[in-house]
Amino acid sequence: MPFDLRTPIGWLFTVYGAILLAHGAWSGKGHAVISSGLNVNLLWGAVLLAFGLGLLIAVKLLKRRR
Amino acid sequence: MIHVRLSGLDQLIVLLYFSFVIGIGWLLRRYVQRSADFLTASHSMPAWITGLAFISANLGAQEVIGMGASGAKYGMMTSHFYWIGAVPAMVFLSLFMLPFYYRSRARSVPEYLKLRFDEKTRAFNALTFALMTILSSGISMHALASLFHLVLGWPYDGCIAVSAGVVLIYLFLGGLRSAIYNEVLQFCLIVAGFLPLTYLALRDVGGWQGLRRQLDAVAYAHGYTSGTWTECWTHLGHAAANPMGVEWFGLVMGLGFVLSFGYWCTDYLVVQRALAAESLSAARRTPLIAAVPKILFPVLLIVPGMVAAALNQDAAQHVLPLTHAGTPDYNMSIPSLLIRYFPEGMLGLGFTALMASFMSGMAGNVSAFNTVWTYDLYQSYLAPGRSDRHYLLTGHVATVAGVGLAVGAAYVAAAFDNIMDLLQLVFGFVNAPVFATFLLGMTWKRATGHGAFWGLLGGTGCAAVFHGLSVTHGAIPGIKGGWISPLWHFTSEMGQNFYMAIVAWCACAALTVVISLLTPQTKSDAELDGLTYATRSRTPQPREPWYRRPVVLGALLLLATAAINVALR
Repeated sequence: MPFDLRTPIGWLFTVYGAILLAHGAWSGKGHAVISSGLNVNLLWGAVLLAFGLGLLIAVKLLKRRR
Repeated sequence: MIHVRLSGLDQLIVLLYFSFVIGIGWLLRRYVQRSADFLTASHSMPAWITGLAFISANLGAQEVIGMGASGAKYGMMTSHFYWIGAVPAMVFLSLFMLPFYYRSRARSVPEYLKLRFDEKTRAFNALTFALMTILSSGISMHALASLFHLVLGWPYDGCIAVSAGVVLIYLFLGGLRSAIYNEVLQFCLIVAGFLPLTYLALRDVGGWQGLRRQLDAVAYAHGYTSGTWTECWTHLGHAAANPMGVEWFGLVMGLGFVLSFGYWCTDYLVVQRALAAESLSAARRTPLIAAVPKILFPVLLIVPGMVAAALNQDAAQHVLPLTHAGTPDYNMSIPSLLIRYFPEGMLGLGFTALMASFMSGMAGNVSAFNTVWTYDLYQSYLAPGRSDRHYLLTGHVATVAGVGLAVGAAYVAAAFDNIMDLLQLVFGFVNAPVFATFLLGMTWKRATGHGAFWGLLGGTGCAAVFHGLSVTHGAIPGIKGGWISPLWHFTSEMGQNFYMAIVAWCACAALTVVISLLTPQTKSDAELDGLTYATRSRTPQPREPWYRRPVVLGALLLLATAAINVALR
């Protein structure tokens, strides 16, 4: 394999997660979804960030083991 | 009308996506040295990558928008396209068909037909396939551009140029490997963009129970009984009892057998992904890995459509705009919910997911097109015996030409609706019988090239004649059928289509058998080595742990599908 595909996917999700998380935290309640009262950006941003970082860490660990 | 403007933040999210897909193509450009690297990725991918690419290539924009629309129009029954209409065929591809494809060393599905039968059968399959991929890319591009124009106010030409341009760049740089890598990224994005939509939409209507209650009202309003929109099997006793207008036999045989096996087991767009896997074992796991998300996708795509139907009962909510004919525009189900539930930020992610689904479908089509063009048409008939460099160049040219032709098809679709309807109809005739040819070819050594070719043509002709003799209730004879004489009446076009497929399949199978028996067998057993069941390769495979064995995985998938169907009967 040319390079581990999990690396770019991990980076993209890390960046997306960080953007949404920061945006959700900054804009607070004003931008929260009206019909449900959830701060979707904050919550989903955290999930995406965790997924992205998880992939990046997994790639690092796999490399070290080899 | 539904409008929204994407903020700077949303646009940044879309731009980041573009830069990542192009970046992946850029990083992969160094690995393209031979035509096989560019066109078939040289059997180099692990199963998890080809598996996710397999499902992602199938998940184009039309699929996403169309499944949302069908969810609103027909309810949970739409899931049959994901369960009975996909899983058994994917398991069959893995267990039975892939060993023949992979071991034959055919670079494409048409090439397998050449090895197994003869040149004319290959030429017929390659030509119709090449035309179909271009056509479906064009239609898909047109659908995406008109949607983004309508909802976001982006210029139509700009949408076409940008979406086609980005796909062209990353395909041109990295070929099939780039298409497959990006399909995995796009798969992740589609899930990330649509999963929160399902959650928010369900939360809004009071969960599954709330949705059931509200959809019962929809069912009553259309003259059906309680549960029609939320149960999968109970209302299939009679075609008039459900909004799809089909009954169980047509559904199981037409969709579950003929159409589903015809698509998943023989369409080079998906089979190409499995053939790119690093070993036969990885190739066989490809459709099985793909089946897991396939089973779960109704949650992502169909449930939001059902919520749109529930909300649309209250006209004041303005969920679905009206079409020119005055009926709700079901294609707007998913875009409309994206705007309704997603705030700035998430909205960018949602539209990126739509864009990703479009590109995965389009890149899938073009990467299959350029291989079939280069190997099955150009190298076989136009310029055989040239150097590999020459075919590598041809592959690159075919990629540019394929994208260019798809753009042309998009503008034809924009200008002449009816031409596209007619072409899709004709391709429907061509696709209906095709699985009979492959099944007989693989199971019956005696099937000959003449039998296969004339069986295919005859099956296609029978599909056309059947269409000309059948019509849906109340429709004017014409492009919707009955153009010979409206002899048989169906409740819905879908039902008509399922029975057309059954008739075409039977005709093709019967003709292939009869003509094969009347014509001499031209291929010796040595030539058929590894291509049919009787002459299959008997080299023992290394024994694998149970969680890698296709039989075990396939059985588990079928059981899971059955369990879900029983739960949602």
